[in-house]
Amino acid sequence: MSLKFTQEVQSARILSVGAYRPPRVVPNSEIVGRIDSTDEWIQQRTGIQTRHIASADESLIDMAEKSAVIAIKRAGLTAEDIDAVIFATISYPYQAPSAATELLVRLGNTKAAAFDISAACAGFCYGVALANDLVRNKTAKNVLVMGAEKLSDYTDPDDRATAFIFADGAGSVVIGPSQDIGIGPTVWGASAETREAILLEPSFLEFKNNPGKLDIGWPNITQQGQTVFRWAVYEIAPIALRALEAAGLTPDTLDAFIPHQANDRIIESLVKSMKLPDTVAVAHDIRTSGNTSSASIPLAMDALLAEMPNLHGKSALIIGFGAGLVYAGQVVELPPKPSN
Amino acid sequence: MALTVEVVLEGIKEIVVEVAGIDANIIAMDKKFTDDLDVDSLSMVEVVVAAEEKFGVKIPDDEVTKMATVGDAVNFIVANGK
Repeated sequence: MSLKFTQEVQSARILSVGAYRPPRVVPNSEIVGRIDSTDEWIQQRTGIQTRHIASADESLIDMAEKSAVIAIKRAGLTAEDIDAVIFATISYPYQAPSAATELLVRLGNTKAAAFDISAACAGFCYGVALANDLVRNKTAKNVLVMGAEKLSDYTDPDDRATAFIFADGAGSVVIGPSQDIGIGPTVWGASAETREAILLEPSFLEFKNNPGKLDIGWPNITQQGQTVFRWAVYEIAPIALRALEAAGLTPDTLDAFIPHQANDRIIESLVKSMKLPDTVAVAHDIRTSGNTSSASIPLAMDALLAEMPNLHGKSALIIGFGAGLVYAGQVVELPPKPSN
Repeated sequence: MALTVEVVLEGIKEIVVEVAGIDANIIAMDKKFTDDLDVDSLSMVEVVVAAEEKFGVKIPDDEVTKMATVGDAVNFIVANGK
């Protein structure tokens, strides 16, 4: 039997990026009181000076919508031109239906294919990998890849290990057809034996099965900092170099490095381990945005392009890594300067 | 070279000097990484990974959390090294 399917492959690229950060800026001084810490300690451990935190009545989808509207406009498209939405998040408060379909309703295009992916801080790069394959195989033409998180809903303000790390925001890209290859091969995988290092628990069922038990608290993110740091630096650096090599580039020929904004110390260590030269622009959005999980790479991409407009159309290595533990990375051509 | 306490201590000194940028003379068996040598939990990860490479020994995460002093690290490496 032979079924009909297109034999042609269509190259894909990132057409545009859109970012939304909630207006409220929270400095370390607002956080330290409850965790017996200092601004200096937080900055030394993480590089974070301030972060954006959404208000109680600003939902994950409110943020995602604002980011998507910018990305679609910058791509020179309208919402009707988007035929698939991939939504990477760990903080949508419903199991079903998906965040992606709620976003479709907001965008006024309720007919596109839409689904969520759960790959935590690697979610955006997982989404880029999927979108690239969808466009290459002509399953979709223009794909919106959203990374959005309201992690403040799942962060314990009294947890000395995490209270100052996580934050809120939404970043997205439109991936569509292109003349040349604008997205390199994805290098991805997991270290699931270290699954316990980052958790978001308890589960819904623990609530259901233990009615009234007060010690079963609201699900919050917990993290074994040293284990994650060690994995992030010493396991991820060789994987990042593999993604670079797979795209046919070397540290000398790369223009920008936009890793998941987990911790500035991790970013600095990665740059050192990978022996990236000074000519590579490195994203440090963590310092003023905190760790926004799946949103961090597109947010950092948008910030880096605003700061260094000459990087439009240049190469960037993006790599996400986080709870699972899972990772994904690829070289992309940064979107062109928007004409509108 | 056999991994004696003296050999491992010298190696750890080199690593801590590199990671924390402190004077080698103040590093001794009884010094605490955090309080005496300015090695915080993340720098400790760098020390541990460098020590693993230097001495060909695996130091699990739960052992790292028990290593308060330089002596704790040296003794673990001597006991578990090849």
